[in-house]
Amino acid sequence: MAKRIDVSGLNAYYGSFLAVEDISMTVEPRSVTAFIGPSGCGKSTFLRTLNRMHEVTPGGRVEGKVLLDDENLYGAGIDPVAVRREVGMVFQRPNPFPTMSVYDNVAAGLRLNGKYKKAQLDEIVEKSLKGANLWNEVKDRLNKPGSGLSGGQQQRLCIARAIAVEPKVLLMDEPCSALDPISTLAIEDLIGELKERFTIVIVTHNMQQAARVSDRTAFFNLAAVGQPGKLIEIDDTERIFSNPSVQATEDYISGRFG
Amino acid sequence: MDISTPKAPAPPTPEPPTTEQKRAARGATRPGDRIFLALSRGSGIFLLVVMAAIAVFLSLRAFNAISEDEANFFTTFEWNPTGEPPVFGIAVLAFGTVVSSIIALAIAVPVSIGIALFITHYAPRKLGGPIAYVIDLLAAVPSIVYGLWGALVLVPNLVGLYGWLDEYLGWTGIFEWSGGAPRALLTVGILLAIMILPIITNVSREVFRQVPQMHEEAALALGATRWEVIRMSVLPYGRSGVISASMLGLGRALGETMAVAMVLSPTFDINASLLDPGGGTFAQNIASKFNEATENGRDALIASGLVLFVITLLVNGTARIIIERRKEFSGANA
Repeated sequence: MAKRIDVSGLNAYYGSFLAVEDISMTVEPRSVTAFIGPSGCGKSTFLRTLNRMHEVTPGGRVEGKVLLDDENLYGAGIDPVAVRREVGMVFQRPNPFPTMSVYDNVAAGLRLNGKYKKAQLDEIVEKSLKGANLWNEVKDRLNKPGSGLSGGQQQRLCIARAIAVEPKVLLMDEPCSALDPISTLAIEDLIGELKERFTIVIVTHNMQQAARVSDRTAFFNLAAVGQPGKLIEIDDTERIFSNPSVQATEDYISGRFG
Repeated sequence: MDISTPKAPAPPTPEPPTTEQKRAARGATRPGDRIFLALSRGSGIFLLVVMAAIAVFLSLRAFNAISEDEANFFTTFEWNPTGEPPVFGIAVLAFGTVVSSIIALAIAVPVSIGIALFITHYAPRKLGGPIAYVIDLLAAVPSIVYGLWGALVLVPNLVGLYGWLDEYLGWTGIFEWSGGAPRALLTVGILLAIMILPIITNVSREVFRQVPQMHEEAALALGATRWEVIRMSVLPYGRSGVISASMLGLGRALGETMAVAMVLSPTFDINASLLDPGGGTFAQNIASKFNEATENGRDALIASGLVLFVITLLVNGTARIIIERRKEFSGANA
């Protein structure tokens, strides 16, 4: 059920400003792809084009093609709402619905998609929370507010919420940048487990994290402030971190800039 | 050497803090801080003193009146404080005030939420701004102007609505109409609804605008439509704010005087139908009777004012409890 992502000739704009220019890449199903690069290089913007969240931003506009298996997400007659049900997303700051309990947070996406019996919901909620390695910590407080959990637990709750609807792809936008090292480790372990079932794309500022969790790494860069961000190269993570083919990548990962 | 390096903090002392330390903790050691502290504390105390003064004044004068009253103050359908013996009661006023305010809220709250959501989440920026501005203007219109408009425009034009309600919903008893001028509680409710609309809309709009982007994106990323985003993140987050806004509106509706006095034909009896004369309101009754009232009459009116004061306090207290009870789940601890 995990699907391949195939991007070709993608440009993303904010109003008339070209933020991301001419990106083409393929992301294999059941793999983890990490996006790295300096701030402002467009990696988050690009990530948000993969589930049509970019156009939610005022002035946001996208040109080009994103194929999910064979379906163009930007094709005529494609409903962005339907796209987002296929491509889940986890954000930089944990954002459980503050007015909902732990249980309701996980069930939120399911309730949008259709009617479930209570027993079915219970089962999916438990399965999702187990899938997010959170079940043991919250099984006695499913009716307590989700915002009462710790930051790391909240982020895993958001992951549970995202995987409850069985998306084909899971996008993660710096999911650990607001978390402490222990919670970060928990999420990274989880990513390793989740890639058995989902295609995962993760944006990270932490190069060690990219090296630890991903199979493929894409390096983004921009020529100067005000210039569009570009994909410099994408390759197996091991190669990117040992013997990249572009000098800029090596400069970046060895800490010479950025 | 870097002299700005802070020293290691002193170990905590087991002794109770001195006055000096307490002052420092409040930030009140420098003259500026002390003056500001005194000013802000003074303002707070001033407010309490004013509230207490009003309560004492109302209670004293009301006590005089109620002890003269020969009938039950709470259940009597009559207002004759200068009679021999004096007989008056607030039953009709309480009924009219509460009923007309409930009608006003029932109409104004949904419409206000609709306008606020339209301005913040649906309207293009070019349209939302002007609409918000017009709503602000509505809030600034004096109530006497609403009263004039109500009496000269609204009342004659409600004949059609009254007839329609009587024809189709007359069987409920609530919407029965015997054909008099439409100057009954329903008209008051409609006029009050228009008057409290701006304040409820404005406060709701601010609350909806403050919903953090990340909560809306959370819903969007799950595949929520625009309406579902509003239902999942905007409305729950704004819930307590909308309740507060409604209470502000209700406060204005309960106390509105001139506009009500200008559109209502007050009677001192209660009618099950909202379309036939029946009831008055506290504020309207005070306004229409105060000038000609004798000493006793004024005290009786003040007693009714005290009841209005208490009703307002109860309403606000209830709203607080509603907000408090769901605090755990409010957006505040996110």
